[in-house]
Amino acid sequence: MLEASNLECVRGEKSLFRGLSFRLDPGACLMVQGANGSGKTSLLRMICGLSQPAQGEIRWANESIRKLAEEYRGELLYCGHAGAVKDDLTALENARISATLAGAPVDEDAARQALRQLGLKGREDLPARVLSAGQKRRVALSRLLLEKRKLWVLDEPLTALDKSAVEKLCGVIDAHLAAGGMAVLTSHQDLPLAAGRIEHLRLD
Amino acid sequence: MNNRIINWFKFASPQTFYPLAGKMIPWFWALTAIFGLAGLYLGFFVAPTDAQQGEGYRIIFIHVPASWMSMFIYLVMAFWAALGLGFNARLSGMMASALAPTGALMAFLSLWTGALWGKPMWGAWWVWDARLTSELILFFLYLGFIALQSAIDDARRADKAGAVLALVGVVNIPIIYFSVKWWNTLHQGASVSLTRSPSMAQTMLWGMLLMALAFWMYSIAVSLTRVRAIILERERHAGWVEELEELKS
Amino acid sequence: MGETSLLAALSAVIRRDLLLAMRRKSDVLTTLFFFVIVVSLFPLGIGPEMDMLRKIAPGVLWVAALLATMLSLNRLFAADHADGTLEQMALSAVPLGVLVTGKVVAHWLLSGLPLALLSPVLGLQFDLAAGSLGVMVIALLIGTPVLSLIGAIGAALTLGVRGGGVLVSLLVLPLYVPVLIFGAGAVEADLTGLGATAHLSLLAAFLALAAFFGPWATTVALRIALE
Repeated sequence: MLEASNLECVRGEKSLFRGLSFRLDPGACLMVQGANGSGKTSLLRMICGLSQPAQGEIRWANESIRKLAEEYRGELLYCGHAGAVKDDLTALENARISATLAGAPVDEDAARQALRQLGLKGREDLPARVLSAGQKRRVALSRLLLEKRKLWVLDEPLTALDKSAVEKLCGVIDAHLAAGGMAVLTSHQDLPLAAGRIEHLRLD
Repeated sequence: MNNRIINWFKFASPQTFYPLAGKMIPWFWALTAIFGLAGLYLGFFVAPTDAQQGEGYRIIFIHVPASWMSMFIYLVMAFWAALGLGFNARLSGMMASALAPTGALMAFLSLWTGALWGKPMWGAWWVWDARLTSELILFFLYLGFIALQSAIDDARRADKAGAVLALVGVVNIPIIYFSVKWWNTLHQGASVSLTRSPSMAQTMLWGMLLMALAFWMYSIAVSLTRVRAIILERERHAGWVEELEELKS
Repeated sequence: MGETSLLAALSAVIRRDLLLAMRRKSDVLTTLFFFVIVVSLFPLGIGPEMDMLRKIAPGVLWVAALLATMLSLNRLFAADHADGTLEQMALSAVPLGVLVTGKVVAHWLLSGLPLALLSPVLGLQFDLAAGSLGVMVIALLIGTPVLSLIGAIGAALTLGVRGGGVLVSLLVLPLYVPVLIFGAGAVEADLTGLGATAHLSLLAAFLALAAFFGPWATTVALRIALE
């Protein structure tokens, strides 16, 4: 469903990678690995359509993502390094507003439940400023539960998460893959995902 | 027919454009000299002394062509910028960047000669008439474009951001000209125009046209030279650049 | 994308930005204080003769409004860019133009609108005739949204660029000139008895143009900045 052919990434003067191709089918997870600066985040941003590859093309359901534009973005969920969590809003407000801005508003109960499921029970009404880095990341990841999207693109999702949070997240990803969803992620650690449908991509 | 279309896109690559531009530049310098000499001769020796303004008016042979070129270059710059943005063509973006300093120079020249003219005519170094004020704002637009491009490190982003700015500017320029004209007629009784001489002798018109052509040829020559420098800088890691004769020494 | 969710997203953006500004009031207040201070500088620099102040009042108030708006432009996108929210907006199924429009509306509500409402007080400091004070407010109410719309393009182009604050001024002030001319001109026309309708209609035309093209140009500029 997601296909990339002959991608080249140029950062400044250097070509980080070229001739990169891969294919991702429903239910599969692509794990991108490589040293710092090897272009992992750049690749993910290309997949999201935020930046254009110097060469090559990315296709979703056999159509170029540049042509699909908004349609493609409706199937996509990106969680980058910066968590898109506003310090001055509470965890609950963050979750609800993110969903509304993405085009799919959720009610308060659904938002509270998602936050609780990720271990933030009792913290939903605290301003994000007072949350720890790990808790802020969990607020960012609550979108995975609230927005029903087919393709998840996650950049270092395990940052700042403790062991139980990592387990919870992997459970969520597993459920997503089992239901036919797809995921592309980068991580320095190994993810204890259940399904054997992990493909690895090394950039260097 | 097909061949011609293919040839056009071939020259849209920096690699093929670089030598082509190199061949064209001397011709444009020659044309600049020819038109310039003819225009200056007409303007400073043949055109009659103006009844009201004496000899000092002759500066319009520099002032008016410079104003025309400053406006024209902005349009051309915006055109290349639009092409670069629309077709994601690197060379078009480089061309726009190459034109900007020359356009700014023309605007500055126009302002300066306007001031030099104003002093003997009206005793003031600057007159807030509609044309000079619009020219000043055009100068600011050029400066903004150049400043934006130099502030952005990534060349591709600088090209595209400059393109958006140039296009926004192009749309706004008629509005700005119109507004400044309105403002000027509102606040000044008789509008004194630097170019509205009661009778514009034929020779004066020809003089200005020749000078305008000279400035145009100059602008092309300088911009082509500049774009070649930009190409070398941007593409310096490409194989064909390292093979160039002039760089092997 | 249903119309209701587009409208929901638009109002959500506006409410969010207003909420964020309310929880961190200093930004909004400093813009207003700057407006007041700049206006007060002119008599200090030029002299307190009422006749002259009355004449320069429309221009002074408008220039101060321009400068105050420009100072506030950098907080339009910078914070969202820094914490990744802007990226999410660019990836939303809701068109980015809609979200940008919402941000510009919120920006105006927090800068242009207060400036317009405060202007009569400052106009009195310059002994501006009472009737003309009304025209001043209306002109600012129509003109300041244009400033926000055009300013958004500048803010988007200079996102994350060094020297961004001063650079935005250089980019945007030349484009503000028509609004300045007709905004101040409206008040002057009213003062001289000519009637401000023509000027105000032109300002409204500028607003329509800016409202139509501004968000689109801003969206293009944002996507370039996010590449």
